[in-house]
Amino acid sequence: MSALRLFFLGGLTSYRALFSWLSPWILIPTFIVGPIAQILFFAYVGRAAGVGDDGYYVIGNAVQNAAIPCIFAMSITVGDERRQGTLGLLLVSPARRIPLFLGRALPVVVNGLAVALVALLAGSLLLDVPIRASSLLALTGVVAVSAFACTGLGLANAALSLRVREVAVLSNLVVGVLLVFAGVNVPLSELPDWMAVVAGWLPLTHGIAAAREVAAGAGLASVRDDVLAEAGLGVLYVVIGLALLVWFERESRRKATLDVA
Amino acid sequence: MTYVRVIGLAWWLQLKMRSRSAFDGLLGVLYPLFFSTVVFMMFRHGDASGAALLSAAVGASVMGVWSSTSTTASAALQQERRQGTLELLVAAPTPLPVVILPITLSMATIGAYSLVVTLVWGRFAFGVDLAIQRPVQFVLAATVTVVSIGVLGFLLAVSSVRYRTAWALGTALEMPVWLISGFLVPLDLLPAWIRPISWLLAPTWGIDAIRAAAEGRDALPALAACLGLAAVYGVVGSLLAVRLVDAARRHATLALT
Repeated sequence: MSALRLFFLGGLTSYRALFSWLSPWILIPTFIVGPIAQILFFAYVGRAAGVGDDGYYVIGNAVQNAAIPCIFAMSITVGDERRQGTLGLLLVSPARRIPLFLGRALPVVVNGLAVALVALLAGSLLLDVPIRASSLLALTGVVAVSAFACTGLGLANAALSLRVREVAVLSNLVVGVLLVFAGVNVPLSELPDWMAVVAGWLPLTHGIAAAREVAAGAGLASVRDDVLAEAGLGVLYVVIGLALLVWFERESRRKATLDVA
Repeated sequence: MTYVRVIGLAWWLQLKMRSRSAFDGLLGVLYPLFFSTVVFMMFRHGDASGAALLSAAVGASVMGVWSSTSTTASAALQQERRQGTLELLVAAPTPLPVVILPITLSMATIGAYSLVVTLVWGRFAFGVDLAIQRPVQFVLAATVTVVSIGVLGFLLAVSSVRYRTAWALGTALEMPVWLISGFLVPLDLLPAWIRPISWLLAPTWGIDAIRAAAEGRDALPALAACLGLAAVYGVVGSLLAVRLVDAARRHATLALT
C-alpha cells in the first residue's frame, strides 16, 4: 500500500513541484505555443523545400512533441532535486526506488500524451489536414505508447543527471537527436544507413511510423509490429534507467560525490 | 564614452562567462546543428542545389543566433534575480539598460559561433557550395544581424523583467521568429497578414541582407532597415527598462515578482 501511495501521490507531488506546475501559465508557451510553432515551421519549410505534404509534418512533429515533457520533466525530477538541495534527503530516505521513480514517470507520460494530442489537433486545424474521427482512438493509443517509450529514455537521461550537473544540456541534446534520427521530418529511407540503424533503437521512430499509418486509415492490427517495438524499447529504457539510477546512487554514496557531481 | 566602455567591458566579461558554460557554449553550437541538419536533409530530399541550398544554409546559420538569444535573454534578469545581483544592478549608478544590453549582445555573439559552425557543417557534411559573391558585405551583414538580434534580446529581457518564468516565453518565441522572419521560408509563402509583423522584425531584414550579399545583390538597403529597427528596439527597451524598474522599486517587488 505504501508503495502504491508513493507511486501515485509521490509522483504527482514531485511532478507539480519540480516541473513548475505550481505556476500553470508556464504550460501555455512550453506545451502549446512551442509544439504548434514547430509543426508550422517544418510544414512551411517542407513547402519551401518542395517535399512532403503538411500531414506528414503534422503527425511527425506532433508525436515528437511528446518528447518535450517526457525527456525534460524526467530529468528535472532528479536534477532539480540537487539544485534545490533535496537530492540527498530523497536518497537517504527508505522509500523503495522503483515506485519512487516510476511514480514520477506516470504524470510525465500523461503530459506527453496531452501535448502531442493538442499539437496534433491544432496542427490539423491550422494546416487543414483532415484526421479521420475513426482513427483518433487508435492514434491516441499509438501516441500513448510513444510517450511511454520517450519517458523510458527520459528516465535513463534522468539517471545521468546524478553524475552531470548540466542536465538541461543533456535533455536538449537527447531531444535534438530524436528530431534528426526518428523520421520526424525526413523519411528513414533518406537517412544514411547507419542513421537508420540507430533510429530503429530510439523511441519515437516506430511510434511515428505507426501514427502515420493509422492517420492514413490503417487499423491497429496492421501497425502491431511498430507499436510492440515502441513499447519494447520503452521497457528497455525504463530498465536501463532504473539500473543506472541504482548504480549511480551507490557510486555517489561510496565516493561522496552526490552534491559535487 | 563611459557607457561605451561599460558596454564593451561587460560584453567581454559576459562572453567569457558564457563561453565557460556548457549550457550556453556547447548547446549554443550543437543545438542549432540538429535543426540545420534536418533542414539540409529536407532541402536535399527536395533536390535543392546551388543557390537554393546556399540560401537554406544561410537561413539555417542565423537560426542559431536567435536560438542562443531568445531563451537566455528572456531568462537573463531572472538569473540575476536568482543570483541576488539584480538589486545591485538596479541600484548601481550606471543606467540599467547599459548593463543589460551587453548581456544580450554576448548571447548573440555566442550565437555567431553557431552561424559559422552551421555554414562549415553545411559545406563539409552536405556539400553546400559557399560561393559568397560579396564577402565584405556578407561579413558586415552577418555582424549587423548578430547585433540586431542582441538588441532584440535586450528588448525581450527588459519586457520580461517582472516574470520569474520568462524563459518559457523565450522558448516559445524561438520557432515563430525563425518562421516569420523568413530564415528558411520565403515571406511570400506565409499568409499575407503575417508580413507586416515580419517587416517589424530586424532579423527579417538581416537575413535578407546576408542573402543579398551571398547572391551578389546590394545588401545595404536591407542592412539599413535592420540597423534602424535595432536602434528603435534599443530606444524602446531603454524607456521600458526605466519605467518597469521604477514601478518595481515603487512597489518593492523587484525581488518578488
